[in-house]
Amino acid sequence: MKYAYYPGCSLHATAVDYDESTQAVAKALGVELIEVPDWSCCGSTPAHCTDELLAAALPAQNLLAAKAVADQVVVCCSACFSRFKFAQKHIEEKDDLRAQLSETMPIDEIEGMQVRHLIDVLVRDVGLEKIEQAKQCDPQLKVVCYYGCLLTRPPKVTEWDDPEDPQMMDDLLRAAGMETIDWPFKTECCGATFALTRTDIVLRLTAEILQMAREVGADCISVACPLCHANLDMRQDDIRKKFGVECDIPIFYFTQLLGLALGLEKRDLGIGRALVNCDELLTAKGLA
Amino acid sequence: MTAEQALVNSTETASAQPANGLTDTDAASSARQAPRVGVFICHCGINIAKTVDVERVTAEIAKEPNVVFATNYTYVCSTPGQEMIVETIKSHRLDRLVVASCSPKMHETTFRRAAAKGGLNPFLCEMANIREQCSWVHEDREQATQKAIEIIHTILEKVKGDEALEVSQVSITRRALVIGAGIAGIQTALDIANGGHEVLLLDRYPCIGGNMARLGETFPTLDCASCIFTPKVVEAAQAENITLLTYSEIEEVTGSVGNFEVTIRRKARSVDESKCTGCGLCIEKCPTKVLSEFDRGMTTRKAIYIPFAQAVPNVATIDKESCRYYKTGKCKVCQKFCQADAIVFDQEDEMITEKVGAIIAATGYELLSKDVYGEYGYGQYPDVIDGLQLERMLSAAGPTTGEIRRPSDGEVPKEVVFIQCVGSRDDSKGISYCSKICCMYTAKHARLFKHRVHDGQAYVFYMDIRAGGKRYEEFVKQAITEDDAVYLRGRVSKVYPRGKKLIVRGADTLSGTQIEIAADMVVLACAIVPSPGVEDLARKLRIGYDENKFFAEAHVKLRPVETNTAGVFLAGACQAPKDIPDTVAQAGCAAAKVLSLFAHDHLTSEPVVAWVDEEVCSGCGLCIKACSYDARKMDQRKRVAIVEEVLCQGCGACISACPNSSCELKNFRSDQIVAMVDAVT
Amino acid sequence: MKYVLDQEKIRPDLVRTIERLSGEDVRQCYQCGKCSAGCPIAADMDLPPNQVMRMLQLGLTDEALDSRTIWLCASCETCTTRCPREVDLAAVMDALRHEALRQGRKSPIRQIPFFNRTFLRLIKKYGRVFEMELIGRFNVGTLHFFKDVTKAPRLFFRGRLKLWPSFKGRKTARPAFQAVKNAQRHEPAEPPAADESAGNPTP
Repeated sequence: MKYAYYPGCSLHATAVDYDESTQAVAKALGVELIEVPDWSCCGSTPAHCTDELLAAALPAQNLLAAKAVADQVVVCCSACFSRFKFAQKHIEEKDDLRAQLSETMPIDEIEGMQVRHLIDVLVRDVGLEKIEQAKQCDPQLKVVCYYGCLLTRPPKVTEWDDPEDPQMMDDLLRAAGMETIDWPFKTECCGATFALTRTDIVLRLTAEILQMAREVGADCISVACPLCHANLDMRQDDIRKKFGVECDIPIFYFTQLLGLALGLEKRDLGIGRALVNCDELLTAKGLA
Repeated sequence: MTAEQALVNSTETASAQPANGLTDTDAASSARQAPRVGVFICHCGINIAKTVDVERVTAEIAKEPNVVFATNYTYVCSTPGQEMIVETIKSHRLDRLVVASCSPKMHETTFRRAAAKGGLNPFLCEMANIREQCSWVHEDREQATQKAIEIIHTILEKVKGDEALEVSQVSITRRALVIGAGIAGIQTALDIANGGHEVLLLDRYPCIGGNMARLGETFPTLDCASCIFTPKVVEAAQAENITLLTYSEIEEVTGSVGNFEVTIRRKARSVDESKCTGCGLCIEKCPTKVLSEFDRGMTTRKAIYIPFAQAVPNVATIDKESCRYYKTGKCKVCQKFCQADAIVFDQEDEMITEKVGAIIAATGYELLSKDVYGEYGYGQYPDVIDGLQLERMLSAAGPTTGEIRRPSDGEVPKEVVFIQCVGSRDDSKGISYCSKICCMYTAKHARLFKHRVHDGQAYVFYMDIRAGGKRYEEFVKQAITEDDAVYLRGRVSKVYPRGKKLIVRGADTLSGTQIEIAADMVVLACAIVPSPGVEDLARKLRIGYDENKFFAEAHVKLRPVETNTAGVFLAGACQAPKDIPDTVAQAGCAAAKVLSLFAHDHLTSEPVVAWVDEEVCSGCGLCIKACSYDARKMDQRKRVAIVEEVLCQGCGACISACPNSSCELKNFRSDQIVAMVDAVT
Repeated sequence: MKYVLDQEKIRPDLVRTIERLSGEDVRQCYQCGKCSAGCPIAADMDLPPNQVMRMLQLGLTDEALDSRTIWLCASCETCTTRCPREVDLAAVMDALRHEALRQGRKSPIRQIPFFNRTFLRLIKKYGRVFEMELIGRFNVGTLHFFKDVTKAPRLFFRGRLKLWPSFKGRKTARPAFQAVKNAQRHEPAEPPAADESAGNPTP
């Protein structure tokens, strides 16, 4: 199984732990990820808020770059995933947009390229059975899966399983021997893009998510997006200060949890790079 | 203009004798006298005359061979107009008639009747549609006039080839079949039975009553559903000329109006109906519990069951899907305890055939499936329930004996949120229509909740309140002013559990705010959808259904209970969502249609049917496959395909299927059609 | 508040422009409010999302274009996903932002377009996001010099903050920015459908 791998800016910076754990897990499961040569930023929210053309052009350029490697591009960051899927849809549907892009890039060549989220690849291509077989232990963790917005919505673009109660990340972690708790905030918004610009909104939204995760009895939250991770992990102190509520709970990338089940080294999974300390939890569960 | 004046103004054609086009040889070969056609061109007030120059049309048509008389008149369909036709047939010895006016759907019967009055075979009268197909759809007067002339030319060709046809008479089986025994079916059955005719009342469920049997109280009077419905159920069960066929389904329907032949599958209950006393001992002893459909999953029933205490007939049924004996071959506890020896494990489905003259579909409704409203947790959180579940709670005979209690823990809910339009008016869930009854039953629910839980608070999320109906608006007002229901104008986006509460995230667009309510219970007014399996039944009954799978009426305004298949009628929510008052009214209407059908001694059958030239027919049988009405059959002795004229609807499908042109449709023969086409090409 | 309506005002060209940009027909909206009910940010907005649609339905484009709502929309797609009329509200919000920027309107929440601009400038410069510079420039630009500064060393010591930018993606990003530049050059030649209606000065 060979895929082009688009890490995106975050995975080479604040979410380096997501990159590390992705590479480690992929290697362990025999998924060959080849980094897209000279990939650039997908444009993220600022691009689609500013200019439709730019929002389509940046992912299109990266798809062209990825094509040299494979027809399928694996994206881990939910925001990048969303931007790639949107760009493909818009380029397919809007003739004038395609015409404008064709002036500076061979836009027709991206036809047939498939953008896949890593979860999708692990569930559908690798298969839950293989993961069950590959796991080295049953981490006794009670996990809530947090999918956030852009992995699942809008379903017509992301083609995810269910926008209200998605299951794919849960399936994956259950196959890896963890208990996933059904909870109602799987797809709530964390405020994502407003981390810097309107931190107050992010605090309000993340506070609710963290509290709900604790209320339903979760040991930790599993995420699939560096922005979700940043908001949930880095703001717990601020929330405690601002709202006076207890909301401590470790945040993991799903790849990190998967890696633990596969018996990989914590160091190789980037565990310990998050601001919220997880040592206590992992020690208690015999995973230290 | 009076009819007499019209006669004066009319243009006598130059030659009453065969002229121009018809040579003597032609006339001889046709072996009959040259046709004498009269043409009447209608103004239809200004409907035709505004766009079509009727005078010019008259003058042009008058020049045609065989046209011995042509005139125009303001309203040919009026009494003087018809009299004019009668008079002219006699005075000009007409043997063919063309009325150029509206669609034959509108007035063919009128003019054929006038033709008959004048002594002409009515099938020698044809209509040329110069209104719907000409004046109404064109603006250019010159071109419209030209087109009108051409339309009449074609019809002239047809009428010249027409033959006198005779209608035949068919006897009527004065017996009706009602499919579905809810309030619609029961009311229809009672009304027909009271008119003195025999009725078969069929339901696929083990008992009659339908959805109304589930209800607590009914709007706008808040009378108890059982109190008003049970007498009807009992009456239907006891009426001498009503036969109940419960736990039965339609297998096949053949024949046509007046004489249908219906094959009915009487599903095996595994219980001898004639022996079962309904004592309930078998139910008590049965070890297998499953969710009760009648209580919409809020209680359990046994594998052998009677759906509810007052069920008619009061006979047990074994649900084979869950019965331990059928699944494992061991148990038979019910049989051991049955004192009436009524349990018959090897009972098989029985096929019966019944002859009926009319069929009424009254198959009712179902609620939207639970899997499409993930954002409300419908089907996921136990305290998010639908309207019919609440009805079961409100019913004195229901699982909570009339008390409102949360399904999750049996506690009395204090804060209850009602959400309207769940599925209805929601294109994203595939339902564009309004379910019509939810505004009223939600108001009823809010009121009854307050009547049961005095310290409770009801909230209603709505988009529009549609309370058109006698005393309906007043009823909603009472919900707000007397029973303190808070109406919030907006949809709900999400419902999720938090502790013991359900958090409802909604909006009130009137204040422009988000609304969050921590509710104890949420009641969804789910969209009304047709009962499952209606497509299959529609196919068997040869009736249509709309894009939402509600059965199609023949005309939405003027023939609301008829279908496009004569003798098949509709009653109740199978046609469109409707409440009890409307359903009862429509059921009465359907019954009246059946009674008026049964008031005749005979039915006349349309003579425009297929005809076979037995010398040419090769007996290939393609026509039999093409026929949707079972009207084509093989005469095994002669090896030719014949036509059952009574069943033939004159659709022409067999004619186009026939590979060697051995069938023709009477008065739509190929030579006529070719002549009509030639007239304009 | 009072608006005087007439048939000229109800469907101005500008509304048609928004519809063209978003691919949505604002008349589809029947004002059920489900978008506003589920919007995570609605509590901070001046107009709930359904009212933005309402303004467009009434031809009140200034109200929509100058609202805080269009900038506070997080593009979380909840409204789009749940809309019973299948209106892609998030796309309408995008179109409104694009149009507001094109007309040079001042955002009532200035730091948001400022952040977007800064972000895109850095992409153009490096090809990828350089977070240190982004945060630094943003904080300076918004005069919040010490916002989140305590987090920086913690991230740094965990290996999550880079001190140097990467230039690797520059080559890949370049044609994308060139496409935008080309389109802007072409723009005056296009029929100025969007220009007449509001009478606002274009930048």
